[in-house]
Amino acid sequence: MHLEYTVVEGDFVNAGIASSSVKKTLKQLNVNPAVIKRVVVALYEAEVNAIAHAYGGKVLVDIDPQKICMTVADKGPGIPDIALAMQEGYSTARPEVRDMGFGAGMGLPNMQKNVDRLNVTSEVNKGTTVEMEVYFQ
Amino acid sequence: MKVQDLVDALNLKVISGAQGLDREVDGCYVSDLLSDVMGNADMNNVWVTLQTHKNVMAIASLKELACVIFVKGLMAAEEVIEQSNEEGIPLLSTNMQTYEVVGKLYNILNA
Repeated sequence: MHLEYTVVEGDFVNAGIASSSVKKTLKQLNVNPAVIKRVVVALYEAEVNAIAHAYGGKVLVDIDPQKICMTVADKGPGIPDIALAMQEGYSTARPEVRDMGFGAGMGLPNMQKNVDRLNVTSEVNKGTTVEMEVYFQ
Repeated sequence: MKVQDLVDALNLKVISGAQGLDREVDGCYVSDLLSDVMGNADMNNVWVTLQTHKNVMAIASLKELACVIFVKGLMAAEEVIEQSNEEGIPLLSTNMQTYEVVGKLYNILNA
């Protein structure tokens, strides 16, 4: 099963639309609730990152009987130092984004903690692609 | 323990989502950092916060929280209220500040 969503820059009001839709789909497929919880945390964080840091992007989701693969690909400033961005507490979020309670430097660490495989690739001034896999068993 | 029991015990104002007042409450999470709540809150938790924008409801829904309590008499925007009513997750408000309401909650939930 393939699902696609569009993420719009600065569109915080719609943050979580993809995660919510994927959650409903996984529930319908009777995926283990503990697994669904992990998927939702990771995908929500990736969605918010694309909204907060990039100029929008796409969420591509593929579900097969064994696993879910999620790709969040944005057009944006990119991440110059991915290892630094992965550190808990490190954030480049703007002040107004922080005021909303985002930008605590917990997004990528939350993804890392909740998925079985995480791959972040980025090119400065082009964009960032986050690939995540979660296995159902 | 139901959300309604907390409303009664703490004299909370029900802003919206009244159909969810019979939701089961299991524990509480207190944070104004959304990723902290996303990463660490558990299903059926009460969430105490001063954030009132729409992403609060997105998180409450995704995490299947029992309800959200806004401190210091804070009010939510209309779009947040709408989503709360749609999802049946109550938004509650208290004039107490976080320290005070969480202290009381701690005693109630650990009684």
